[in-house]
Amino acid sequence: MNLGKSTARIFAPIGAALLLALAPQGALAQEAAPAVERAAATEAAPAAAETGAAAIGAVDDKADASTTDVAEGSSAYTPLGPEWIKGQPTPGGIDVQKQYSPIGEQAKPFHTALVWIMAIICIFVLGLMLFTMWRFRRSANPVPSRTTHNTLIEVVWTLLPVLILVGIAIPSISLLSAQYKSAPEDAVTVKVTGYQWYWGYTYPDNGGFEVISNMMPEDEARSKGFPAQLEVDNRMVVPAGEWIRLQTTAADVIHAFAVPSLWFKLDAVPGRLNEKRLMIKEPGIYYGQCSELCGAKHGYMPIAVEALPRPQFEAWVRAQGGTVGEPEEAAAPAAAPVQQPESAAQQPAAEGAAPTAAPAA
Amino acid sequence: MATTANTFQAHHDDHAHHDADHKPAFFARWFMSTNHKDIGTLYLIFAIIAGIVGGAISGVMRAELAQPGIQVLGSWVSMMGGAESFEANLHAWNVLITAHGLIMVFFMVMPAMIGGFGNWFVPLMIGAPDMAFPRMNNISFWLTVAGFVSLCISLFLPGDATGMGAGTGWTVYAPLSTSGSPGPATDFAIFALHLAGAGSILGATNFITTIFNMRAPGMTLHKMPLFVWSILVTAFLLLLALPVLAAAITMLITDRNFGTTFFSADGGGDPVLYQHLFWFFGHPEVYIMILPGFGMISQIIATFSRKPVFGYLGMAYAMVAIGVVGFIVWAHHMYTVGLDVNTKMYFTAATMVIAVPTGVKIFSWIATMWGGSIEYKSPMVWALGMIFLFTVGGVTGVYLANGGIDDVVHDTYFVVAHFHYVLSMGAVFSMFAGFYYWFPKMSGRMHSELLSHLHFWGFFIGVNVIFFPQHFLGLQGMPRRYPDYAEAYAYWNEISSLGYLIMAGSMIFFFANIVYAFVAGKKAPANYWGEGATTLEWSLSSPPPFHQFETLPVIEDDHDYHNHMPKGSPATA
Repeated sequence: MNLGKSTARIFAPIGAALLLALAPQGALAQEAAPAVERAAATEAAPAAAETGAAAIGAVDDKADASTTDVAEGSSAYTPLGPEWIKGQPTPGGIDVQKQYSPIGEQAKPFHTALVWIMAIICIFVLGLMLFTMWRFRRSANPVPSRTTHNTLIEVVWTLLPVLILVGIAIPSISLLSAQYKSAPEDAVTVKVTGYQWYWGYTYPDNGGFEVISNMMPEDEARSKGFPAQLEVDNRMVVPAGEWIRLQTTAADVIHAFAVPSLWFKLDAVPGRLNEKRLMIKEPGIYYGQCSELCGAKHGYMPIAVEALPRPQFEAWVRAQGGTVGEPEEAAAPAAAPVQQPESAAQQPAAEGAAPTAAPAA
Repeated sequence: MATTANTFQAHHDDHAHHDADHKPAFFARWFMSTNHKDIGTLYLIFAIIAGIVGGAISGVMRAELAQPGIQVLGSWVSMMGGAESFEANLHAWNVLITAHGLIMVFFMVMPAMIGGFGNWFVPLMIGAPDMAFPRMNNISFWLTVAGFVSLCISLFLPGDATGMGAGTGWTVYAPLSTSGSPGPATDFAIFALHLAGAGSILGATNFITTIFNMRAPGMTLHKMPLFVWSILVTAFLLLLALPVLAAAITMLITDRNFGTTFFSADGGGDPVLYQHLFWFFGHPEVYIMILPGFGMISQIIATFSRKPVFGYLGMAYAMVAIGVVGFIVWAHHMYTVGLDVNTKMYFTAATMVIAVPTGVKIFSWIATMWGGSIEYKSPMVWALGMIFLFTVGGVTGVYLANGGIDDVVHDTYFVVAHFHYVLSMGAVFSMFAGFYYWFPKMSGRMHSELLSHLHFWGFFIGVNVIFFPQHFLGLQGMPRRYPDYAEAYAYWNEISSLGYLIMAGSMIFFFANIVYAFVAGKKAPANYWGEGATTLEWSLSSPPPFHQFETLPVIEDDHDYHNHMPKGSPATA
């Protein structure tokens, strides 16, 4: 968890140094200083989020969780409030967002290493250039040498980049293969459909209902404490800490489902069904935006993913008129009556499940 | 450089000069031109005009993005004669990004690099009197102009239900460009690509024929200046890539108008097929835009270091390697489209390979300077700026090559920052370097070194302030092609827009410099850069005679091949 903080600390001076290197003039040098301060400020936010995460962890353990607003009276599902926002851009931020998925946690250190490599190469080339420019200026070196070949150095500057690239390629390929593992059989399936210009989230494992998600009007979002242009009216709700089988398609033109804090981006192509697994490690709200040009309101079809502990997720599903549980379980006559009261006790509004169980009984 | 001018006696007797300078009347000279230098001039003027249009459009874009909300698009819509509405304003944004991309790629960089400098200097550098097919050269230019006109017409035609103009992005992805944009504007925009593409294919065949068949006696391929090499490789890329684009966009036209379903799943087609076809063209296209720049930078670095290019053969074949590998990396533009894992691994590995020949070029330029006697004239400072900024754009390219990393930065401002570092800085800095290098040769008048340096510093600072913060925006997740954004992205966007003002301000020096040169510029001698400038164009007057090399120059084989220098010079003696 310290990774995010240390990354920000590492990245800030590099960014500032590059900015300085690129623009030595005074005006820009001044800009670099706030950049560092800003980065420092962003460290505070994740720290606060971590405290929140710890609290959530506790909630996660006790799933009946009367301690949270989330579960209370979940007959009427209440969406998470702004205090649960985790995946969103930071004002003035310069690094990738804090990551909340296993892939994101694997990718971020690799990203940080690449940023270092990029910075070192740029600074090395710049340094070499500036030294050459100074050392071999006409006044210092009036008679040019006539050297045009040096086989050794040419071999070195061909092979050295090859070695660096191989060093990059190995973690890169393993990251790719991790991203392409398929979701386990019991993963929750969410089918995401892109429309001009909103999203539809269908839950085929839970009765196949579709949630239509439009951008929340900006004033409304601001008044409720949510980030304008990122908040939506109905979020895509998923269970936290479980694998999700996320499928994307589109109804008209190509859209792209992207959530930066989950290291997730997958195009939604009409006539195709793309699939990728996703896990969100902790409950919270994670924002993303459509990332493939799709017409006039391309900029106004945000994505808000709400990850909830399993019981709250099930309550949400029932509130949407969906069903929870494997069909086999529902079909088992003995199991149904036993489970029924228990779940009804936990979730007063478990009516959604009753019709499924009833015919079996 | 491989070829040295001092081995050749220019044809200078007065009688021949008189014949060589007989020019047609104004209309015939500029509208029916078959002279490679006049056509080159036309291309350069055209590219400057298109650059002003494309640059002004980016000014509207940066003004809109200076703060969150929609502020200036409405006035743009009414200026273009449309009715302002929220959706029409947003559509206008998409029209602007489409026009900016198409204009800068097809009507600014390509005409300037290949049509302008290529036409002017390939025949001069290889000692040829003109291009192989002078009349085809003429039609190449006017097809490009017709393409530009077609694109301009599209701005005033209905695009889709939300407004005028084609709002498909320069990539023209189906189905947004087919069922998503039913109006005729998109047909005109696509047809603009057909016309510009046809012009470029004709131009490419012309260059290939000229370079293979019209080199002066004694000038072998391995003695050609690197700029000629770069144009040769570029011409092959054009010849192989553009027909694929032509096929893809023709299928778009038939999908749009004749009921075919190449790119529509409804009828058994596939929208992703279009992307494969487009990027099979599109990736070589980015090398088409930068390779001539590589060639110019090589000439300029050698000239102002007074030293032949280090590793000439390595430099030439690095460009060939970049051209070849450039054809087999296209799907790295499509990492999120739903490729399978093996495809993605292949394209990740193949893309990274390009960094090797590119690195060879960067290091060879620095090695050319090493031991040189470097003079910081205007072309040299632009060339040095290009080397560093292209390095920055190059390393972010290696970053983006990683398919697993791309999931977070694909289609964000990070990509915008990356490709502007290689194009808006790599290609554009090379063009300004080439412009200041050859402007006195083309016009016969010296430009002001002071104004050129002011232009450089303003432009250098400006573009960095514009584009460096866009890396941060992209990493933070800001998607590209957005007219509006969440408040969190406001800080760096505002700085980026300020950078535009600096950059635009520096362009005043560029235009002032041209005016200065024609009004008060000193007459340029034949070789105004001195002993470092060794290619054949420096053996001719500035400007060169209307027809040059009526007697072909002979490149004598007194050349120490191994050291790329005339025999008898200190190193070989």
